[in-house]
Amino acid sequence: MSETTHDGQVAVTAPPSPDEGLTAAELAAKYGLSVSGARPTLVEYVRQLWDRRHFILAFSRAKLTAQYSQAKLGQLWQVATPLLNALVYFFIFGLLLGARKGIPHDIYVPFLVTGVFVFTFTQSSVLAGVRAISGNLGLVRALHFPRASLPISFALQQLQQLLYSMIVLVLIMVAFGSYPSLSWLLVVPALTLQFVFNTGLALIFARMGSKTPDLAQLMPFVLRTWLYASGVMFSIPAMLADKDVPGWLTEALQWNPAAVYMDLIRFALIDGYGSSYLPPHVWLFAVGWAVVIGAVGFVYFWKAEERYGRG
Amino acid sequence: MAEQQADRRPTVIADDLHIVYRVNGAKSGKGSATAALSRILRRGEERGVRKVHAVRGVSFVAYRGEAIGLIGSNGSGKSTLLRAIAGLLPAESGKVYTDGQPSLLGVNAALMNDLTGERNVILGGLAMGMTREQVKARYQEIVDFSGINEKGDFITLPMRTYSSGMAARLRFSIAAAKDHDVLMIDEALATGDRKFQKRSEARIRELRKEAGTVFLVSHNNKSIRDTCNRVLWLERGELRMDGPTDEVLKEYEKFTGK
Repeated sequence: MSETTHDGQVAVTAPPSPDEGLTAAELAAKYGLSVSGARPTLVEYVRQLWDRRHFILAFSRAKLTAQYSQAKLGQLWQVATPLLNALVYFFIFGLLLGARKGIPHDIYVPFLVTGVFVFTFTQSSVLAGVRAISGNLGLVRALHFPRASLPISFALQQLQQLLYSMIVLVLIMVAFGSYPSLSWLLVVPALTLQFVFNTGLALIFARMGSKTPDLAQLMPFVLRTWLYASGVMFSIPAMLADKDVPGWLTEALQWNPAAVYMDLIRFALIDGYGSSYLPPHVWLFAVGWAVVIGAVGFVYFWKAEERYGRG
Repeated sequence: MAEQQADRRPTVIADDLHIVYRVNGAKSGKGSATAALSRILRRGEERGVRKVHAVRGVSFVAYRGEAIGLIGSNGSGKSTLLRAIAGLLPAESGKVYTDGQPSLLGVNAALMNDLTGERNVILGGLAMGMTREQVKARYQEIVDFSGINEKGDFITLPMRTYSSGMAARLRFSIAAAKDHDVLMIDEALATGDRKFQKRSEARIRELRKEAGTVFLVSHNNKSIRDTCNRVLWLERGELRMDGPTDEVLKEYEKFTGK
């Protein structure tokens, strides 16, 4: 700031005005200017997000389509990828390791495939969440929108991915003798709750990942540990039955959110998977996890709204 | 634009604005894993993070009807200042007050090369905050303006199949489809062939007329002289000069001529 200062210049181009001598803040207040990039109130934030609902949906669908647009089989991979995934797990855990202890033989494949798909839904939501902000800095620094649009959009993309997987799941169910029935409708509330839970997680990890991008390297290991502890390929109570562990630990493991949502969807879809496999109060936990993580994640993400552009 | 001086309504106020970028893992010259480890082990504030002070204490007041040019050599903080005004980059200290929502002209970041031009028009429009109805209403206008379909039905092909000129034309057409209160244009608008350049210049003039205040970043002194009535000259993140276009450009040319 050498030759001319700002104030001197204004005096050259305009006659002295009544605004002379006001500080920037007073001037802004006088003309009703607001701070650029300030964080809106929580209510206002929800309203802004609602206004952007079409963008959120369009963005998630665009990401989903773009994923396989270069492949020759194109969108067929939406269904083929989960199917191949299920085959690999069946080969390793069903045939090689024999993890089917405590699960009737005829429902093991549906049990396993449901577990894999439902867990993958949470897993990929978290992984996408970690990169939601840090991987889209260009977008964040170029356009205005409530930043929560990004993690929500990514969670929504995973939901749509899961719906494709559901096509495979229905085929497998029918092939193994579980036919459509009224109990299948329970999938809707269960998946809705899981989606809310996943979105909350994605929001939490989006904020953490924007500050510490290293999480993208770390999270796959954490998630894999979670996968093995959640009973994706085995039944938790059957596995722990002959081990010397207290009963509360078995129940605690079954109340972990991933296990809760997997069990509910298995219960809804598989004929031979009755309520005896479910831990007590399972719906209560399903609702609780969704509400708590969903609300905490949203508020936690909103608290740093004005800081997301910083590299 | 002297007649607009009568209505001195401020639209943008920058008050001692500082912007600092933090770059991870760029602290020492050695990029090896052991170097990174020793940085973590060493105690101190924000290990392994290098700070770049891009804008240092800039203050100014912009008024309705002004067209303000931002000049300065490469890396002087022009684009950073624009983003801070738009509220896209958080300030380290100081504040920016604005009337309405300033927006940058550009949607590149929201578009996806693997999608068709058609879907990108819709996605880009929604990303800029247009409603679905607005996008639908403007869709044909955007496609016609871009001239993508002049040589066949290209809008239904993925954007990665476009030539760089075609892609740039479509991007500009989408970006220019929305009206703004405070409009900011970051140089390099001269994309596409001669015919398209003329068309885009005309469109920018139109946008400028509708907008309350315009900021233009450019290295082309002629386009600054043609469009702006006030110029801010940034050098090393500091406001070196602020005044009427002719005065500032004269000094700037003297400075760069050396």
